[in-house]
Amino acid sequence: MIKVLKAGLYTSIQDKGRFGYRNIGVPNSGAMDSISSGLANALLNNQENDAVLEIMLQGPTLEFTKTTAIVISGADMSPKLNDEFMLNYKVYTVKSGDILSFGQLIKGLITYVAILGGFQTETILNSKSFYQGITGESKLKKNDCIPYKTQTTSIKKANSILKINKQFFETKIIEAYKGPDFELFSLAEQEKLITNLYTVSKDINRMGYRLEESVIPHNKSMITGPVLPGTVQIVPSGQLIILMKDAQTTGGYPRVFQLSEKSIAILAQKKVGDTLNFSVLNNS
Amino acid sequence: MKQFKLTYKPYGNSAILIEWPQKIAIEILNDIQILVAKIENKNYKEILELNYVYNSLLIKYNSKYIHFLELKDKVELLYKKSFSDKIMVRSTSWDIPVCYDPEFGIDIAYMATEKNVSIDEIISLHTSAIYTVFGIGFLPGFLYLGGLPKKLHISRKEIPRLKILKGAVAIGGNQTGIYPQQSPGGWQIIGKTPVSLFNISKENPCKMKPGDRICFKSISKEEFLAIELEEDRGNYELKNSLLND
Repeated sequence: MIKVLKAGLYTSIQDKGRFGYRNIGVPNSGAMDSISSGLANALLNNQENDAVLEIMLQGPTLEFTKTTAIVISGADMSPKLNDEFMLNYKVYTVKSGDILSFGQLIKGLITYVAILGGFQTETILNSKSFYQGITGESKLKKNDCIPYKTQTTSIKKANSILKINKQFFETKIIEAYKGPDFELFSLAEQEKLITNLYTVSKDINRMGYRLEESVIPHNKSMITGPVLPGTVQIVPSGQLIILMKDAQTTGGYPRVFQLSEKSIAILAQKKVGDTLNFSVLNNS
Repeated sequence: MKQFKLTYKPYGNSAILIEWPQKIAIEILNDIQILVAKIENKNYKEILELNYVYNSLLIKYNSKYIHFLELKDKVELLYKKSFSDKIMVRSTSWDIPVCYDPEFGIDIAYMATEKNVSIDEIISLHTSAIYTVFGIGFLPGFLYLGGLPKKLHISRKEIPRLKILKGAVAIGGNQTGIYPQQSPGGWQIIGKTPVSLFNISKENPCKMKPGDRICFKSISKEEFLAIELEEDRGNYELKNSLLND
């Protein structure tokens, strides 16, 4: 297993998420940047839904207790195996006693660690994804132990046919569909919503990313309805909140845009002060 | 059975949002439940999940197998078709104990000032109504309740609080509810229940379902602590009764 020597800021176990429990209000959860987590799993020839470690902003220090292979992906967080700097998207063999640590955040916000066969924490409601109130904890803490499979076969070479675009999340264009409540706003307001340049605020977490600008202050009161990860809500102060993977299943603010899964992944890698533009997709 | 005028909207590229008229009404809830039963009865493999609350039904589908317009037509047809088999809807009425002491009800004084009523009057109004569960969402086990007396309607906070405690009983707009776990939220908090509404260690984590009825019972701080202790030991059973259709 992995022993957590230092927990980092917000380190959790995530797979693709928890589906089918919206009717009792259980959120999807799952990796925020599913493109990066998916690539890391693919490089190890893991299953798509295998659980990975998701690391936000500041990395943990981890000690391995048995031989396995890992891949780091997503944000560049200056990963080190013992004293050697590592590269993202490369398969590394690790042995008992090896220590994985992280340093300065160079690019992006969220880093993934995939491990051969996936992490083996408890499956609850068909998912290993951490979520407060569903799994025992919402993030790792010091001295936690995370089980993984004993490696029985020889470690395969990296999947070399895999195409990796390490820069995919550097764009500031966020593709989005018009949301179900977009038409509640006047044409001039719609234009403003689409063309405004937005800045990521400091209020960003697994539930949602709040954008800085007060675009259209309003007092549109609504009957609560369903919302999804990637739903962009506009709150009365006029700010946009983009719901992310741990978001509520329902909400009461107008839903003006809906991000695609790829756009959720791109947005997930933005940090405070980063700017973005919406580009409207056609959904019929 | 009365048919409503429904609107069908694409929600992203793999979900449909169907909306009934913009109001909170038991006849709308019943109508949604009937459509849901009809859809479930068909066992469409391209439909991944159905989720309804108040006057909306969300259908998540696999966009590899079907598009918005195709699925919209299917559902529209199904809605118009009469449904011969009578659906048995078994509903339960639940009594939920709440302590309205300002120590827990941190916005109750603000609300009294804002609505120009006494705190006791707020408690009396909130506990005298019978509420209908119009859906579960926002958080695991969060019940959306209809039936809040008009006098208690109050706007949500302009900027949501980042932290509201588990068990907080609150009002947002014309809705009231109970926070089943600590979370951010924009509602005005008027009290707290010592009872858990969502318990993952139970086979059925959430006992309530849409169509159920809820009554709040005012309790003292002493009673709150006593029930909380029982609840921690797993001994507390909510008072409930089956409703007759």
